[in-house]
Amino acid sequence: MKICVLVKEVPDAAVQKRIDPQTMRLDRSGENNLNPFDTHAIEAAVRFKEGDELPVDEVVAVTMGPDSAQRALQKAVALGADRSVHLCDDALLGSDVCATGKALAKVLESENPDLVLLGQQSDDGECYTIGAVVAEHLKMPSLTQVVGIEVEGDKLKCERQAEYGYDTVALTMPAVISVGDAINEPRYPSLKAIMGAKKKPLDTKAIGDVGIDAAEVGDTGSKTTVIALNEPPAKEAGEIIEDEDTAETVEKIVAWLDERKLI
Amino acid sequence: MGGILVYALHDGEGNFNKNSLGALSEATSLASDLGAEAAAVVVGNVSDDQAQSLGNYGVTKVYRASDVPEGLAQPIVDVMAKIIQDDGFSYALFGGGLLGFEIGAGLTARLDAGVTMEVTSVKVADGKLVSERPILGDSQIADVGYVSEPGIIIGRLNAFDVKESGGTAEVVDVNVELSEWSTRAEMITRGEQRGEDVDIEAADVLIGGGRGLGSAEGFDACEELAGAFPNGAVAATRAVVDAGWYPYAAQIGQTGKTVAPKLYLAVGVSGAIQHKVGMQNSEAIIAINKDANAPIFEFSDLGVVGDLNKIMPKLTEALKARKG
Repeated sequence: MKICVLVKEVPDAAVQKRIDPQTMRLDRSGENNLNPFDTHAIEAAVRFKEGDELPVDEVVAVTMGPDSAQRALQKAVALGADRSVHLCDDALLGSDVCATGKALAKVLESENPDLVLLGQQSDDGECYTIGAVVAEHLKMPSLTQVVGIEVEGDKLKCERQAEYGYDTVALTMPAVISVGDAINEPRYPSLKAIMGAKKKPLDTKAIGDVGIDAAEVGDTGSKTTVIALNEPPAKEAGEIIEDEDTAETVEKIVAWLDERKLI
Repeated sequence: MGGILVYALHDGEGNFNKNSLGALSEATSLASDLGAEAAAVVVGNVSDDQAQSLGNYGVTKVYRASDVPEGLAQPIVDVMAKIIQDDGFSYALFGGGLLGFEIGAGLTARLDAGVTMEVTSVKVADGKLVSERPILGDSQIADVGYVSEPGIIIGRLNAFDVKESGGTAEVVDVNVELSEWSTRAEMITRGEQRGEDVDIEAADVLIGGGRGLGSAEGFDACEELAGAFPNGAVAATRAVVDAGWYPYAAQIGQTGKTVAPKLYLAVGVSGAIQHKVGMQNSEAIIAINKDANAPIFEFSDLGVVGDLNKIMPKLTEALKARKG
């Protein structure tokens, strides 16, 4: 069987993110990294391959993004994916959730996976929706924010926290599962794996290669439009203490609490 | 102009979720500005009285699909997609909550619809709805419109206030054939409580512990610190509850509790949006975190950049000494 892991390149957490006022899109020109949540999805896939509960032949990392997104794929391969697929096409620029979901579903269809895993959210867009969008296009059952998966025959028994406590749900494969960061502790890639990642197969595909209609994606295919960007109501900046002398720091905290009659 | 359809989540016995009720109130007010109707959709075990009672939040009609199980998204996508198409709704609205995200996402694909999520406010402009969505760690707010109908709006937790208007709603039972793939997910257990039943909602001071504590044992120091305050208790982030370090009943945020104590002291908490939405209305917020870039510092009144293992015990000691 084949597991596809959807990954995404996101701006590095330490970099100040900004929107390009001309295009109303996230400026992705700076330092980028593999979305931290996706490393948990890769780890889950690799553990299935290493274990004997599922007969996994192959773990394939899949992404959609500009040329630079190759780095995220190489990182995914260094973490244990066998090969990667990069959907890269100017026509995809400006795709919203609806258009992105359609495009990703088409690439996944071309791989025909038994299981699709992804991180529960991306570090940049703060949205938790792509897994459920893709699942619907692929006509597969899905569950998001999963923190535990057990194999039971052709079913995956998944647990996740929802509004009323923990739910346990059995999904019959093929299925799409987005995982939370509590599901595992991703390994650090070995130097050998990092060096070897560039030699693993990386397929770059244009939209025509996987049957995506240009009118369905990018700005033209998007169903939402950013009308304006506004500043949030100004909030007084908090006071910051750098802890150098802990006794002094504690004194300052206590004084702060005292002033506000909190103790 | 079609109306606004709102999903009303419940616990399996017809006790509705507060965020869903807020979404009903919001939809009612928006629909009146649009000159349209707001309706609710419920699935599973909901009595006539319970369904009619949603009229108290302004909706005039409640669609009920009793045969469809509550708690899984895809069967509800089937139900809502059919109602939206058959009765021509222009928007679907969800209160904050995990299931709303999943259903809204599913509808996006099924109906080829635009979606906005983490929406904090919705307004009417030129006879259409526009969502306000904070982006980039809440540093900017995007006004997002829809280029076609229907538009899907997924609210942020606590974004919409519950307003009771009185009145009852007409209940319309619907039968919907489920998609094949919607039946390939089966709920084994729903709403299991993990860990002891602790009460954090009555506390004046909450010590919120996150992954930065390093281990379950890190919560001992939190409990010590909470004990040094009058009426203090300990709360937790989802990551540490998922890891089994602290009980679910103490969890703040998206799928946990919403609190507004006099003081929220966050230790080793990064301040992810899902946590923030559950505690940002606290009267005072202090954060201790070794990562100066942690988002929590963006909304703290006092931020301490340092090692919590050094600071917490000394702070506890100092507070205890003062108490005498």
